[in-house]
Amino acid sequence: MITEGKQKIWSDYQKEIPDDHWYYVRSCIRQNFFPASEKMFTEITQKVLGKDLYETPHHTTCGGIAYHCDTIPQETVMTIVARQFALMTEAGYENYVPSCITSFGNYCEILETWHEFPELEAKIRENLWKACKREFKKPKYLAHTSDLIYHWRNAIAAKAKHHLVNKETGEPLKIVEHIGCHYAKMFPSKGVGGAEYPYVLAGMVESWGGQVVDYPERRHCCGYGFRQYHVKANRGYSVSNTHKKFESMEPFHPDAIITNCPGCPYFLDRWQYVIAEQTGKTYGKDGFGIPVFTYEEMAGIILGYDPWDLGLQLHQVAVEPFLDKIGVEYDPKAKYLGMNKEDIMRPELPKSIKCC
Amino acid sequence: MMDFGFSLSKSSTINLDTVDTTLYKKLCDMEPDARICMSCGSCSASCTAASFSGMSLRKVILALQRDQDVRPMLSNCMLSGKCTMVCPRAINTRHLILTLYRIYDR
Amino acid sequence: MKENIVIIGGGIAGMEAAKQLLVLGYNPIIIEQQDHLGGHVSQWHKLFPDMTSSHELLDGLSNQIKDANVFLETKVNSINALGDSYNVILNNGVNIVAKAVLVASGFHLFDAAKKEEYGYGVYDRVITNADLEAWFNKRADARIPEHPKAVGFVHCVGSRDLKAGNSQCSKVCCTTAIKQAIEIKEIFPETEVYCFYMDLRLFGKKYEDFYINAQRDFGVHFIRGRVSEVGETIDNRVQVKAEDTLTGKPLKVTLDLLVLMSGMVCNPRTNELAEMIGLNIDDDGFLKSKDNVYTIMESNRPGIFYAGACTGTKTVPETVAEARAAVLSIHHYLTQA
Repeated sequence: MITEGKQKIWSDYQKEIPDDHWYYVRSCIRQNFFPASEKMFTEITQKVLGKDLYETPHHTTCGGIAYHCDTIPQETVMTIVARQFALMTEAGYENYVPSCITSFGNYCEILETWHEFPELEAKIRENLWKACKREFKKPKYLAHTSDLIYHWRNAIAAKAKHHLVNKETGEPLKIVEHIGCHYAKMFPSKGVGGAEYPYVLAGMVESWGGQVVDYPERRHCCGYGFRQYHVKANRGYSVSNTHKKFESMEPFHPDAIITNCPGCPYFLDRWQYVIAEQTGKTYGKDGFGIPVFTYEEMAGIILGYDPWDLGLQLHQVAVEPFLDKIGVEYDPKAKYLGMNKEDIMRPELPKSIKCC
Repeated sequence: MMDFGFSLSKSSTINLDTVDTTLYKKLCDMEPDARICMSCGSCSASCTAASFSGMSLRKVILALQRDQDVRPMLSNCMLSGKCTMVCPRAINTRHLILTLYRIYDR
Repeated sequence: MKENIVIIGGGIAGMEAAKQLLVLGYNPIIIEQQDHLGGHVSQWHKLFPDMTSSHELLDGLSNQIKDANVFLETKVNSINALGDSYNVILNNGVNIVAKAVLVASGFHLFDAAKKEEYGYGVYDRVITNADLEAWFNKRADARIPEHPKAVGFVHCVGSRDLKAGNSQCSKVCCTTAIKQAIEIKEIFPETEVYCFYMDLRLFGKKYEDFYINAQRDFGVHFIRGRVSEVGETIDNRVQVKAEDTLTGKPLKVTLDLLVLMSGMVCNPRTNELAEMIGLNIDDDGFLKSKDNVYTIMESNRPGIFYAGACTGTKTVPETVAEARAAVLSIHHYLTQA
């Protein structure tokens, strides 16, 4: 691998990311999948870094899932999105940051479509006015939340309590970065580092002390594929793609996976159990899996937040081996204590893959 | 093993790292002209058996290089020799098919 | 006094034109940016289809143009019309007035790094056709392993690629890939060699024979499918993906070396020159000839002529023939005027 070659490409795909004043919109599914990730984002942005981040309960789905499942027409999605932009405009913001990768792709696609077909934008403005008497300005800047964490990666590193380094050996941990398909595959110029060698997560890993693993199937989709996973009969094909990725990364012995999509971390995490049940194979050390984190969780870990406050007990693959490697202290007995130290009960643990 | 109602799909990818080309190499040793096939499809287009059975000598030669079983296709050949007449690379296709039979017979 | 003819570009077209102009009694003046004559051919090792040594060819030509004026490491600063002549000002301060100018500024090799998915400049074992020729010449390139088990060639890199901005076929790459595949097999007989192609365009004399040779005598594998993605394995080899379109299935293979057949694209310097004097540029970026059938050597301006790959992708024999034709056109132009 020639690092300078990648750096050259990274320098070709940089985008302007304003440092402050963002209008934040959440994902439909992330709070169910990885409940503390979005909370962690607001915590880091507002409390740790002291930035202005605004959100409103009036925000709804962007329609992206339905659009990618082919159940609603694009004009409908555009009108939903027009309403989100109207909420941003009413709040007095012009920098728009969605937490979901598919939303980000959806917004990029809609803005690009309006740019190419202004008559369609005019029609959507009319639709919105007829529907709810709202008007909007288009965002001046559009970024994904991972772009912001990337932008602030060094500021986060400066406040870090832990590093992505094996505390026993001093070696950097080997981290696989996995980018959601809708982040840059549709519009390579909208992603930090482009679509072939995205830098958005790699930059965080480097800044926080880890070493990025580049393996042959790095660019391959996690397999979620919306209509594939959502139809049970197609799930075999969904999990097969995840399996292909794990087979390809296996020789590199990664310590963890970092992701920036709602679906990817969920499937890379949960499918490890399904693969273990079906093939008897696990990809971590001693029968464990490879822990999968969102970038907010990873940031939270290195900033020293309690792993159980980060919701890591909801992961299928045990995170404890990873926490032990970098020297995070945690109370194993508190794993299943929720808010106010109430017992949230224990999940049934599988035999096919080792869990703590 | 737990039944999820779905399972891993088998990959259709041809992996040239692991493909076994012993048979193809044997064929090339006995019929060096097998190598100069350029997959034009004339043989299949003129084949007596093609439209009724799926026989295609073009596919047979390729399938051997991808380690796929060609016997079901080969068994449909009527040995009419029409393919030999049309092959632009002058491959003695009829002879090549007979050679393949011989290889499989061993 | 002998009539000055300015030749812009000292590659094979400019050299051949100078040779012919000398024979006809003119004073050819070659202006070359590099510190040596020969252009792309000087970087090559052997030329298809006869495996001609490019250095012997160039040495022979150099000997025959000893009487020509040659400015190396020199650029044209400006060119403008002066009555029925052109005033060519060079960056070394020299001014030349000539009634005829021959543009022989050739092509640029496509920058393979632009096809990011192939990982040129990122993965250790990915090189270009030009890199491989340089290795044939010098046998020094850390990217080429001592005993490669498998080597792949990707045809049409940057050619026939609308997304890369090039609709044109580069003409020479199919034959070059086959030539280089055979050369690799000659050096490493045990190596498996794969050519990934979309179409094999083997139009010239002996080219198809070359292909049959590669198949029959060297066992080179031809896979009809364009490489879509390259990744690096843990042992620094490359995993290559393509569709095996003849079986209709995805295909992958791990290689010790991947050679990208970079195509020909227009020379941006030529376009600057064209702008100075108002020469038409075609939609492929190359110079636009009067027409593409009968007067390829003629420009839209009297007294300015073309030879070689400045007007489009050309083989060496085509370039040499065009240089001769351009010289005749110049001769007629000057004697009739």
